[in-house]
Amino acid sequence: MKQVRISIIGFGSVGQGVAEVLMKKQDYLTKMGLDIKVIAISDSKGSFINQNGIDLNSALEQKRQKGTVANVQKTGVEIINEIEHDVVIETTPTNIEDGGVGLENMLASFENGRHVITSNKGPLALKYKYLVDTANLSGCKFKFEATVGGAMPIINLIKGVLAGNDILSIQGILNGTCNYILTRMLEEEASYEQMLAEAQERGIAETDPTYDVEGIDAACKLVILANSVFDMDSTYKDVDSVGITKITPESMLLAYNDGYVTKLIGEVRNGKLSVGPRLVPVGHPLSVGDTLNVASVQTDLAGPVTITGRGAGSIETASAILSDLIAICNNDN
Amino acid sequence: MRVSMDLELKDIPGQLLLALQPISDLKGNLISVVHHHEKHTPRGTIPVQIVFEIDSEKLDNLISRLEDSGVSVVRVGEERFLEHCAVIIIGHIVHTNIQDTIDKIDSTGFAEVVGLTLSMPRVNQPSSAFLKIDATGKKELNEALSLLKNVANKKDLLVIEPIETQFI
Ligand SMILES: NC(=O)c1ccc[n+]([C@@H]2O[C@H](COP(=O)([O-])OP(=O)(O)OC[C@H]3O[C@@H](n4cnc5c(N)ncnc54)[C@H](OP(=O)(O)O)[C@@H]3O)[C@@H](O)[C@H]2O)c1
Repeated sequence: MKQVRISIIGFGSVGQGVAEVLMKKQDYLTKMGLDIKVIAISDSKGSFINQNGIDLNSALEQKRQKGTVANVQKTGVEIINEIEHDVVIETTPTNIEDGGVGLENMLASFENGRHVITSNKGPLALKYKYLVDTANLSGCKFKFEATVGGAMPIINLIKGVLAGNDILSIQGILNGTCNYILTRMLEEEASYEQMLAEAQERGIAETDPTYDVEGIDAACKLVILANSVFDMDSTYKDVDSVGITKITPESMLLAYNDGYVTKLIGEVRNGKLSVGPRLVPVGHPLSVGDTLNVASVQTDLAGPVTITGRGAGSIETASAILSDLIAICNNDN
Repeated sequence: MRVSMDLELKDIPGQLLLALQPISDLKGNLISVVHHHEKHTPRGTIPVQIVFEIDSEKLDNLISRLEDSGVSVVRVGEERFLEHCAVIIIGHIVHTNIQDTIDKIDSTGFAEVVGLTLSMPRVNQPSSAFLKIDATGKKELNEALSLLKNVANKKDLLVIEPIETQFI
């Protein structure tokens, strides 16, 4: 049995999803010969430490009841610096101004020789190359499938399954909130404002939806994808982004009558990065609705390959983190 | 019909007018003229390409009038629009004069707005337009689209183009 000691830094929707998935898949992991021990969990108020492995059920219970797991006044960075373990699961909030606490956590992890798995886009959308280089220099693995498209395994698809192919371009729907709003605008022939309100009511859009609807979230994901696939060193500010706020239901109807749906599409082509509304032929693989994400990769050998999946959600995102964790444990790249 | 023609003119003044006059005489509509002033053919003539609209039954007449006046007609072809594309425009389209936008595309000679559907919900609200553009080739279509985006940008209009579906 291979013992792997991990911490979960950030215990919100995704962090808790990771805990649930680890419990659910315990037998599966045991069969693979993996004994995954969570030795610390941090949220914004402090941390919970148990060197022998935390009982995840009671940690989740405590988080639900008290709003925090903290039983010691230690921050996430202190856990990373002070407690011996192998893998840091970094699921703190995204900060695209300066990378925030996530960036700090990642750098501290590499400094201490710990592998990092993250769902946090901010640091990667700002300092991709710096982070990857730092990880390499310290001999650490750095996996971030969950940052792009949640459960949709696009990075691992390209790097793993499609290895050997030259990637010519990538196009996709990388923001589930926008996809939901646009899908509903066409269905109801309703205005952007109305369907944004509906999305907010359903918990699909945030109270301040700016990052989603202005295309910034999609731009962050596109940059991470482009950097990792094309070995670029771009930031989300290099993306030419247009959001969905100006789209009218009338325009969507006009397009639909001619066989097109209107989608917010992110695209990498010839080194150019763009996010903006585009017309997608009805029935085209990219014309998925609801909150779905989708990405289409043009390859030289395999031709076009398209993958679709849920772009967000606690368990869905944890699924991407789990597959990164298994890859690290198995020493895959 | 839309016709493109390659002509060769003698290198003496007044020849271009000589070549264009019969087109207007026959009520043709000149769309573009490309005049290579510095270039000469091995025969010492100056090559000119013209594109124009004309009733198809008048074409033969035009060619003989050109030849009679000493202009040699090297190639005659019907100009076909091989590439088609649909584009959405959103904003204050009418206030900002959509005709002007369309004219800019039509005047290229290689692309044309062949359809326009307009939807105007209420005054002061942005309207939506669905434009169909034809062009003689892929490069020309892209050129027409960037022209359109350029105009739209200046007028604060949002242009929504189709995704690239061709494998390149
Ligand atoms: N939700 C999704 O479906 C999804 C999908 C893909 C990617 N992501 C990304 O994954 C990350 C987590 O998302 P989420 O939805 O789980 O967010 P969330 O529910 O807001 O959770 C964030 C967690 O981080 C904790 N935290 C904040 N500051 C901290 C600090 N300084 N040290 C340690 N912990 C800190 C918060 O503590 P408190 O609990 O005390 O507030 C909370 O537990 C974000 O970067 C997000 O963009 C999310």
